[in-house]
Amino acid sequence: MISVYYFGAISLVLIGLYAVLVKKNLLKILIGLDIMESGVNLLIVSIGYINGKSAPILSEGIGPSQAVDPIPQALVLTAIVIGVATTALALSAAIIVYEKYGTLNIEEIRRLRG
Amino acid sequence: MLKRSLAIITLLIIGYWLAQGLAGVPFGQDKMLVGQYYLNHVEAQTGAINVVTAIVVNYRGFDTLGEVTVLFIASTGVAALLWGRKKKRTAKTEGSVVLTTGISLLFPFVLMFGGYIFIHGHLTPGGGFPGGATIATGFLLMYMAFISYEIPHGKFEVTEGLVGMGYVIVGLIGLAISGYFLFDWIWQTWHWGAGNIGRLFSGGFIPVIYTLIALKVGTELSGIIDNMLKEEVKE
Repeated sequence: MISVYYFGAISLVLIGLYAVLVKKNLLKILIGLDIMESGVNLLIVSIGYINGKSAPILSEGIGPSQAVDPIPQALVLTAIVIGVATTALALSAAIIVYEKYGTLNIEEIRRLRG
Repeated sequence: MLKRSLAIITLLIIGYWLAQGLAGVPFGQDKMLVGQYYLNHVEAQTGAINVVTAIVVNYRGFDTLGEVTVLFIASTGVAALLWGRKKKRTAKTEGSVVLTTGISLLFPFVLMFGGYIFIHGHLTPGGGFPGGATIATGFLLMYMAFISYEIPHGKFEVTEGLVGMGYVIVGLIGLAISGYFLFDWIWQTWHWGAGNIGRLFSGGFIPVIYTLIALKVGTELSGIIDNMLKEEVKE
């Protein structure tokens, strides 16, 4: 039986992918991308979890043998920042598209080069 | 309708395939190989007790350098995309007195808490990126509460460039002392803070680098907010 964390992460990725495939509004597609990114981050963090262990901050009572895997958390720290950066860039592109075409519907936006 | 059902069927197939793949990765069991090495040696090798920040800044410092570069490029890209000659804030309604007074009171506390987060990056959860995001949140609050508020652009852009250079310079000092980039010279060569692990003045160059990164992230995100909140003014 698959763990509920893996199930949730896969579901988030699929919901985001659905929004990207089906939705027509540019902003909804960007929201789908963000949901997908959250799913990927949740998956990476939950892979590093170890039953009954605590956060990898060594202090009194928490030795090196009582902490979860710190590497996925470091990877996710990087991934979150990159997600924020790409989202900001995509949102400003959406602002430009709306100013130029007056719509955010991807089917009405033609002549993207013009 | 057909498109939606096709999409759902495709996604269910992809989901089943992903679940099959993840069935071979047991949840909640010890899968550490390198992670255990980091956990065992982090105090002796870096002086930090927060293993995640030690990995992000020390063991895998190039990741963080690339990450800062990505954020810098994004902020430059936003500025380039939204560049225009006459740009002004377009907010028209002044916030209520309760809002403006509340934000004025809250603003220094938000900045102080952001500073607390990034200075204690080697001891508590957090570090440069959450601290910088908190600082940018403070400026976002100011932008939202006051219709004529603007960050001091000149100072912010100069700070952004200087702290970015500072990060590279700290790495280059390590290169000069020991022969590789981002070498932790404060800890490995000076042994500064060796009797102090778990207190503020320890952790090698992690607090130094996180202060630089947080200032960079805070100024960059504030700049992105500033660019996005402005619109071209038609004459």
